Amino acid sequence: MSLLEIRNLHVKAAGHEILKGIDLKVDAGEVHAIMGPNGSGKSTLAQVLARREIYEVTEGQVLFEGKDLLAMKPEEAACEGLFMAFQYPLEIPGIGNAYFMRSALNAVRKYRGIPEMNALEFVPLFREKLKLLEMDEKLSNRSVNEGFSGGEKKRNEILQMAVLEPRLSILDETDSGLDIDALRIVAKGVNAMRSPERAMILVTHYQRLLNYVIPDFVHVLVDGRIVRSGGPALALELEETGYATDEPDAMPA
Amino acid sequence: MSTEVNNIRELAEREYKWGFITEVDEERVPRGLNEEIIRLISTMKREPDFMLQWRLKAYRHWASLEKAQAEPKWANVKYPPIDYQDIVYYSAPKKKPALGSLDEVDPEILRTYEKLGIPLAEQKKLAGVAVDAVFDSISVVTTFKTRLAEKGIIFCSFSDAVQKHPELVQKYLGSVVPYTDNFFAALNAAVFSDGSFVYVPKGVHCPMELSTYFRINAAETGQFERTLIIADDDSYVSYLEGCTAPIRDKNQLHAAVVELVALNNAEIKYSTVQNWYPGDKEGRGGIYNFVTKRGKCLGVNSKISWTQVETGSAITWKYPSCILMGDNSIGEFYSVALTNNYQQADTGTKMIHLGKNTRSTIVSKGISAGHGQNTYRGGVKIMKGAAGARNYTQCDSLLIGDKCGAHTFPYIEVRNASARMEHEASTSKIGDEQLFYLRQRGLKAEDAVSMIVNGFCKRVFRELPMEFAVEAQKLLSVSLEGSVG
Ligand SMILES: Nc1ncnc2c1ncn2[C@@H]1O[C@H](COP(=O)(O)OP(=O)(O)OP(=O)(O)O)[C@@H](O)[C@H]1O
Ligand SMILES: [Mg+2]
Repeated sequence: MSLLEIRNLHVKAAGHEILKGIDLKVDAGEVHAIMGPNGSGKSTLAQVLARREIYEVTEGQVLFEGKDLLAMKPEEAACEGLFMAFQYPLEIPGIGNAYFMRSALNAVRKYRGIPEMNALEFVPLFREKLKLLEMDEKLSNRSVNEGFSGGEKKRNEILQMAVLEPRLSILDETDSGLDIDALRIVAKGVNAMRSPERAMILVTHYQRLLNYVIPDFVHVLVDGRIVRSGGPALALELEETGYATDEPDAMPA
Repeated sequence: MSTEVNNIRELAEREYKWGFITEVDEERVPRGLNEEIIRLISTMKREPDFMLQWRLKAYRHWASLEKAQAEPKWANVKYPPIDYQDIVYYSAPKKKPALGSLDEVDPEILRTYEKLGIPLAEQKKLAGVAVDAVFDSISVVTTFKTRLAEKGIIFCSFSDAVQKHPELVQKYLGSVVPYTDNFFAALNAAVFSDGSFVYVPKGVHCPMELSTYFRINAAETGQFERTLIIADDDSYVSYLEGCTAPIRDKNQLHAAVVELVALNNAEIKYSTVQNWYPGDKEGRGGIYNFVTKRGKCLGVNSKISWTQVETGSAITWKYPSCILMGDNSIGEFYSVALTNNYQQADTGTKMIHLGKNTRSTIVSKGISAGHGQNTYRGGVKIMKGAAGARNYTQCDSLLIGDKCGAHTFPYIEVRNASARMEHEASTSKIGDEQLFYLRQRGLKAEDAVSMIVNGFCKRVFRELPMEFAVEAQKLLSVSLEGSVG
């Protein structure tokens, strides 16, 4: 059984069809990269998988560990082990970063029938993850993402992933806006998460992340469809040629 | 539109958790209001003549206002006319238990507190908190008296204070909120049944938080509390007031008065968690909470700080205020007001700067959900003599859903050019994407909403005593159930 299986997924938002029949299988242990031009539907796909309810699924099926993902609420999908790093992480004024992550972790643990962690038990775990992502402890008591720089926000998403240890992580352009050091650190965080039980979907525009996190598969999403799939070499090729050559009726380059 | 919204709406179906009625034999005066009723109340309470005379003057003043139809109408709230002759103005539990002994209290009353989650038996053990429980109109239990007495602190029911400390009562009663102050203050002065009295002597730092739980019980009985707190020179006291009330079909009037007096270098911290029955989700029933709260910083370097968390009542009309008379005195107001379903709140504060170098801080956080209407009304007055006065006002509104409203009416009057004023205001909305973010991390929709709201209120919660802050957060979560619509 695949960890994630998407069959003929069609999705509408505000009356427009955005995803026009996506098929994708992700097995445990795999890393998939999804590339594609702006507005092609990458974030929409990520958010539909994370169960954002503003999107209307008009056709198709998604199984997550054999369960009907489309029947789940966002919090259920999260508790079942699906994580999405946001392209634009949100702020939660007045709520401390560490407190938020412990609340999230406890929500997941509670769902799974594991005893919740008190603040004292959480601190060592949290420290270890901060260290992995080379983050300043000061960020842990500041309000979630409030006043964080763009790069800090992205790194904070990966910190949350590291704390929650999800089975499937979908990273939506986590590499965008990172400086070279931050990119290396984020990649380290992502690689630390790779294991035979876990899988990842990386949405990205650039090869540079894929230099650090070598994907097993690369897919090209154009206008709501996966138009090409291949190995790591496909990403390099795209870097050279762009997406336009893949689209038969695209404007001449 | 989305199921997200529907899920949240489902939560609204839950009923008021603390709605139940206790059966206790009562002793009550006949329905209606006239001079005879006032005399009857005063006689039943065996009051000295000065009290009766004061009540009568207040009644006559109120009656003239009533006749002139001078009930205040300026607040941004709507309610049907109140029939003041259709109210029972005094009721007391018949079996009056001996004060201070829990064993002699009507077990029915004790069970009421247990349902509220404040078992007195445990409260008694709870070191650091003295509880003066007000059941309907009369105090039934007072604990921790001995420890307070050792320091010379008087903490008792208002009725007891009238009997045992008439000179203090006569000196300060009405000195901050005179019966002529407003319609509801006049009504309260005429008919108030009981309340709390605190006197902290010179140089004494009150060693524990003083606390009172209020509860409206008898059907159709208006509740008129009166609280008077006096902090003498160089003293400190922190007072907590909290309440929940049972379900009623008919709207109930609650018109309390609180007066605080801080003398030289004294500090009074007054915290409230208010959770009167807010009415059902259609807006039926619920308490009308028309309260006059005011503190006077009479002495130099004195300080009065109000912190309130208002989640209950169908209508809230309340402006805890500070009169800053003493030089260098400080007034503070920290407020969280939440309106859900059809609740209406018009609340805020007045800071009146009279003394030199007086300072005031106002932090107001208004949350509107459902069809709730939330109004902040704040006045800052810098009088001529208040050289070097300073005020900082921060006024934030948070909207949940698109059927609610937030309104802000700041009034500023400056008559001394050396005054410094700062004002910040914001309005924000809990967005679909923000909720999604928290839910994607595993939090349920209702927990996500209450986390965002608690974050919004953090600046105010920080001012509450620890145990109260926890209670306030829980209350906010309960009150938010079924927000968004
Ligand atoms: N909620 C929505 N309402 C209306 N249109 C939407 C909505 N969400 C996405 N769209 C539209 O769907 C298309 C795909 O958007 P999406 O964000 O998925 O693209 P993307 O591939 O992630 O692009 P980028 O590389 O710029 O991040 C865009 O044309 C976008 O405007
Ligand atoms: Mg995108």
